[in-house]
Order: sequence, then structure tokens, then C-alpha cells
Amino acid sequence: MVEPIKPPRRKNPLLRTRLPASPPRARSRTSHGYTRGAAEGRFLLQRCEACGAFAYPAREACPSCLSFGLSFVDAPRRGTLLCETTARVPSDVYFRERTPWRIGLVKMDCGPTIVTHLHADCVEGAPIRMSFQLDKSGQAVAFAHPEGETPNMADDKQWREMTADPKFRRVLVTNGRSVIGQEAVAALKGAGAKTVFVGIAEPWRPFAGEKLLRGQDGIEIVTLDAADEKSTADLAADIGGKVDILINTTEYVRPGGLLDRRGTSIARDEIDQAYLGFINLAQAFGPAVRMRGADGVNNSVAWVNILSVYALANWPAFGAYSASQAACLSLSHCLRAELRPGGVRVLNLFTGPVDTEWFQTVPPPKVAPRAIAQAIVSGLRGGLEEMYVGDVAEEIRQRLAANPKALERELDR
Amino acid sequence: MTNTLRTPYDGVVIAAPVTIPYMRYSIESAQWWIGRALNAIVAQAGIKVSDIDGLCVSSFTMGTDTGIGLTQHFGLCVRWLDTIPLGGASAIAGLRKAARAVQAHDADIVACVAGDTNHVDSFRLTLENFSRFNQDAVYPYGAGGANASFALIARNYMRTFGVTREDVGRIAVAQRANALRNPHALMKAPLTLEQYLAARPISDPIHLFDCVMPCAGAEAFLVMREETAASLGLPAARLLSTIERHNAFADDPMQVRGGWAMDIGELYAMAGVKPDDLDVVQTYDDYPVITMMQFEDLGFCNKGEGAEFVRQHDLTIDGAFPHNTSGGQLSVGQAGAAGAYLGLVEGLRQVLGTAGPTQVRNASLALASGFGMINYDRGLASGAAIFAGPSRW
Repeated sequence: MVEPIKPPRRKNPLLRTRLPASPPRARSRTSHGYTRGAAEGRFLLQRCEACGAFAYPAREACPSCLSFGLSFVDAPRRGTLLCETTARVPSDVYFRERTPWRIGLVKMDCGPTIVTHLHADCVEGAPIRMSFQLDKSGQAVAFAHPEGETPNMADDKQWREMTADPKFRRVLVTNGRSVIGQEAVAALKGAGAKTVFVGIAEPWRPFAGEKLLRGQDGIEIVTLDAADEKSTADLAADIGGKVDILINTTEYVRPGGLLDRRGTSIARDEIDQAYLGFINLAQAFGPAVRMRGADGVNNSVAWVNILSVYALANWPAFGAYSASQAACLSLSHCLRAELRPGGVRVLNLFTGPVDTEWFQTVPPPKVAPRAIAQAIVSGLRGGLEEMYVGDVAEEIRQRLAANPKALERELDR
Repeated sequence: MTNTLRTPYDGVVIAAPVTIPYMRYSIESAQWWIGRALNAIVAQAGIKVSDIDGLCVSSFTMGTDTGIGLTQHFGLCVRWLDTIPLGGASAIAGLRKAARAVQAHDADIVACVAGDTNHVDSFRLTLENFSRFNQDAVYPYGAGGANASFALIARNYMRTFGVTREDVGRIAVAQRANALRNPHALMKAPLTLEQYLAARPISDPIHLFDCVMPCAGAEAFLVMREETAASLGLPAARLLSTIERHNAFADDPMQVRGGWAMDIGELYAMAGVKPDDLDVVQTYDDYPVITMMQFEDLGFCNKGEGAEFVRQHDLTIDGAFPHNTSGGQLSVGQAGAAGAYLGLVEGLRQVLGTAGPTQVRNASLALASGFGMINYDRGLASGAAIFAGPSRW
């Protein structure tokens, strides 16, 4: 039975801020099969192509038949908790300051036995549902959940270490002028965020949807132009220590590739807004976000980027825009590495064309801004690192995995 | 395919048991401790360093060294060399290999030695780098240090067979009583069952006095042929029988028995003795519940009767079932890989009649066992040896 977490009290500025520690990070290269799955919320186990046996921990040959054809596949999640223990004096610093910490041994219905973190409502002898999660070191760990829903399930202390749940946290949505930004504000408020700061460049200029934001409880409009170094620094000086989740909703979409444009002015804008804007935000907010990774119930936990799926494969119709998104994707990996010591995760949402005016000429299916906002919340709650929102994004992901060259030829239309 | 019958260890003896008294922490290196043990063994056996023509080494903290580095380090010119990284099973495994080497005349005198240092942070570093499965699938759960892993095994075992903490505690309490007679034991204070039960929880149901204390130390012995020992005038014990097994019972969902259970018939048959004949027993006691499991798997009682066996037997030096007479790792300390040697070396002293304050009267037949390498969810390596002192020859 999980007690609901209580809203955190105002921080006492005289007390020392608890600094982030990292659980053990070393893994074999093969083990990152679990990391790959956990990043997307998939439960992958190795399965032998020859005899069909599942194996765990990660192996280089099948322990049942010695075949070396082991591949990571989506596996059945059901198992039984054989035994549990509560570690009270672990040798590792991260666990030492989070004791008591429950772990257990689970026998999976599909065969293997897994040492796992336990949700508080897991009971010995009872069935559980298994997932791999990214812990504060960014690596995959097994996590056993009770098979059904239980009260206040998401408030479990150990589960909250694996997620970036908006509940009671303070969020900065960097661009509230866009529909995606406004939907994100509503979704995060709905998910229990304490405060949502909404960045608006030149807030004296009226904008559509303003009424939904202004004067609302728990929503604060702040002045922010991500492309402007001084603007980001000024805002960070104001609220940098209170941003637990940052949602980068920068949006700058223009059609065209190379030959249909004249000069570099539009490309410069794209770079200014998306790429340099990202750098400004990271430099202004990143250090405090990284520092506050273990700062209580409302510690800093996540940075969310909304990226075009064409960051992964250039779409010539929006070729320069695709390139600006690819640059942002690359930066996001850099940011992920630099935020890692704080245990702060970087969640990238990949979307296809969104149902907004800049994609007016693009045929459906298009992604509704609300779907992106809902995905942000579910990605944060599930502790994910990569999400593909909508049918186009999912299709591009699959085609890229199947044959990148085919995708390149076929996007050229 | 059935296993063929093994060649007996005719003519193989073990001599010169050496213990370098342990220290909780040491600023010295593992090589320093191993060097001390080799120095002591040469002195005790009255041989020259150049008489050692075989070397078998076990250590967790030698850094990048293995046995080969030690030959040059200590000026040994050997014609047989082994490095055994089997944790708590290292002594039995080393003894087995050395025995066959001297039996086949590949070597005449093999020095088996284990030593580890314990710097302030070296235990944690050993845990971090223990094994691939441990790194991938145990250590990330805060379960490093084996405490949490053995807690799962202990809890399951105790629940399955109705074992209480009192039952397990009797083993730890008896060993502490033994340790009070061993001047080299790190634990100097008496331990009552009440204190055992009231101890601080570490990882349920493992409490403080279920755990060994990591420390620095070294242990060693010599393996040779009987005629070599005779020509040196060296008191020695005959090796009667050994077993060794790895990754046994892989299909048991949780460990309730060790590999001994697969080979126990052969252990006693080869030695030509019964469990009742043994005068002294030295089990591998990284946790007392593992000792209880060994009482069953080594044939002193049936599976599930370990608790009753412990209730019915006095495990102290003067008791009916003298067990871990030095105090064992639980009370002497766990000097890394030397912990594997502790029971075997003490057992040797017992059957040679040189155990001093911990001597069991008229002990001539001993069993020592080893257990090690909790690679993932269970201890993988197990072994045991039976040996007899001169009074029984």
C-alpha cells in the first residue's frame, strides 16, 4: 500500500541541497539491448533463434543450446515474485541514502530469473508485471510492478526514482505561443504539476490562446525568447532553481531545401530559433537542473525536446528544416550526457507533420498538438527517453530500421 | 555419459599450514601479504625457496598481477603454475590441482597461497568489478556486497524449511565461542544468541552477525608426495578425497542446495569414511545459513533438517561436532580469497595436532569445504576435501 506523496514545502534556503548520486553505471555492451528497449518503454529479452529459450542476464550464446543466435525481442512481461529483501546498509552511495530499498528475485513465465527493483505493492508469491526502466545513471534496470492497478501506484518511492512524473513538480514550457505549447501547459497542469511557467517572447504582443494561460491558477507567464541569449539568462536568473522539468517547445518550420531558396537568411533563422535557441536554454537552465537532480520530492528530473522525425532522415520538401532538427537531435545527445551526473533524463519526442498552419500543404495523417501534449505526460510518467508520436513518426522509425537507403530514396518525392 | 572412476590421491600429502594474522585494514598490497605467507611457509617447512617448484595463487586484490608476476616478484622458479579465481572455492580447487601435479611428478613441492589486502575502499571496488553478470544484473540494484543476494537465498531457504533466526544464530554464536580461543581472530568479544538476534538488520533476514568482516590476511599450505615430506621430516596430512562442482542445479529457481549434493557419495566413497567418522568439520561460512545448507549437502543430515541438526549438536571445539574451530570467517574475518583457505588451513593444523588453543582432542580426520562466486543469483562453485593426520595413517 503506497501512501500518497505530500506536496513539498517551500525550500529552506539555509539547508544544504542534496546532491545527486548515481547508481552503478557499468554495463556490458550486450546489456544495452535492455537500455534500447527501456528508452522506448519496451520489454526486450534475449531469445535464442535456434531453440526459442529466453535468457537473462545478457549473454553471448544460449545457455540452453549454445547457439550464438540470440536476439532481443519483445517478451512476455508476466512473472512471479519468488523472494524479496530490503537492503538497509548497501555499500553504494546512491542506495545508501535511499534506504530502505526493496529488491527481489522474479521467475518470469517465459523462463529466466531476474533480480529486480520492486514496487511497494509487489507481494511474494504473487504475479508481477515486469518492465525495464532507465535509472538515475541512465542505464536499464528491471522493475517489477504489481499485476493490477493499486492505489497511488505512481507515488511509490522507488518507482518515482525511475520516472519524471509531473506531479508536484514545476515545469517550464519554453514557447507558449504555439498550439503545442498551450496544449502542453494544459496537459501538465492536468497531470498535477504545481506550477507551469510559460515562456512568451514579447508578452505585450497579444496571441491566440492567451486567455487560456493568463490569470490561471498555477500558470505563470514569463518573458522568454529562447533565441535571445540575454532573455534566457535573465529568466534563468529568476526561476532557474525552480525548473524541475523543461519542455522545449521551440517551433520554427519553413518549407524548402537548398535549391529552391535564395541565400541563407531563412536557414539562419532556423538555426537561430531551433539550434542556438537550444544552446541558450541549455546554458541558462542546464547547470541548475543538473545540480538539483536529487533535491527532494520536486527535484529536477527531465528535459523534453519535441523534434521532427525528419531529424532522423532528411525530407527534402522541408530539407533545411530537417537539417536544423538533426542538429538539435545531435545536441540532445550531448545534453543527455551532460545532464547524466544529475540523474536528469532527456526525453526526445519525434513527431511527423503536426496539424498546424506551417504544414498546411502536407496531406494527412498529421499529428494533433494535443496528442503531443499527452505523449509528453505519458513519457514523463513512464520514464522514457525516446517516443514516436503519430503514425508518420512510427512509420519513419520502422522504415529507417529496415533500410535507410530505401527511406532516403522514397522521401525524395 | 556417466563419469568414469577417479584415480585416488595415493601418496599425496598436505603440510605446513600457515596463517598470517589478519588486520581489519592494511595499507600494504596483496603482494605484501602473499610474500609474508611464502616467507613463513619456507621457514616453517625448513626448505629453501628454490625447493618450491610449483605455485598456486588466489587473490582478488593483486591488481593486474596473476601468478606469473609473483614468480619474478618473489624470485621463484617454478615448473608448474596456476592462478585460481574461484573465491571461496579457491582453496579446494587449488589443492585438487596441486595434488594431481605432485602425483604426476609435474612438480615436487607446490606452494598454495591466498592473500588479500583490504584498503579502506578496496572491498567496494572488488564488488564493482566482480563479474559480468554481477555488473550487468546485480550491482545496479544496490545488491553489491553479496548481502542482498544472500538475503534472498537465506529468506527463501528459511521459509521453505521452517528455519528461524535462532537456528541460524546458533552457528554464529558457537563460532564466536571458538574464536575467543583463537588469538588471531579479529572478533574478541563474546556473542550471545540474544545479541545475535538483536543485531542491526542489513538486508532482511541478514543481520549484522550473519556477515563476515572484510579484512587483510594470507593463508598457505604445501602439497607434495609422502616421500618428499618424509625426506624433509615434515609432519603432513594425507589427502583422501576431494570433490569440485560448478553451476550445479541450474534449474532450481532459487538456490537451496550447493554442488556438494551432486558429488557427496563420491566424496566419502573415495575417502573410505562416513560423515560420522569425521573429527572436525570446517565449512565455508560466508553466511551461517550457507553453513547450515552445507550440513545437509555434505551428508550430516537430510535436506531440510539443518536446523534440527544445529539444535541437536554442540558446534564448539569441545562439543560433539567441532566446527569452524578457528572461529571461521564470521569471527576471524574474511581476508578475501584467503577466506577460502581459512577452514582448510585450520583443519590441517587440527589433524597435525598443532592448532594450539583451538585444538580438538585427538582430531585425526577432517573435512573442509569451499563455496564461492555469487556470479548472479547463486553461489556457483563448491568443493570439499577430506584429509587425515599421521595418527590415522
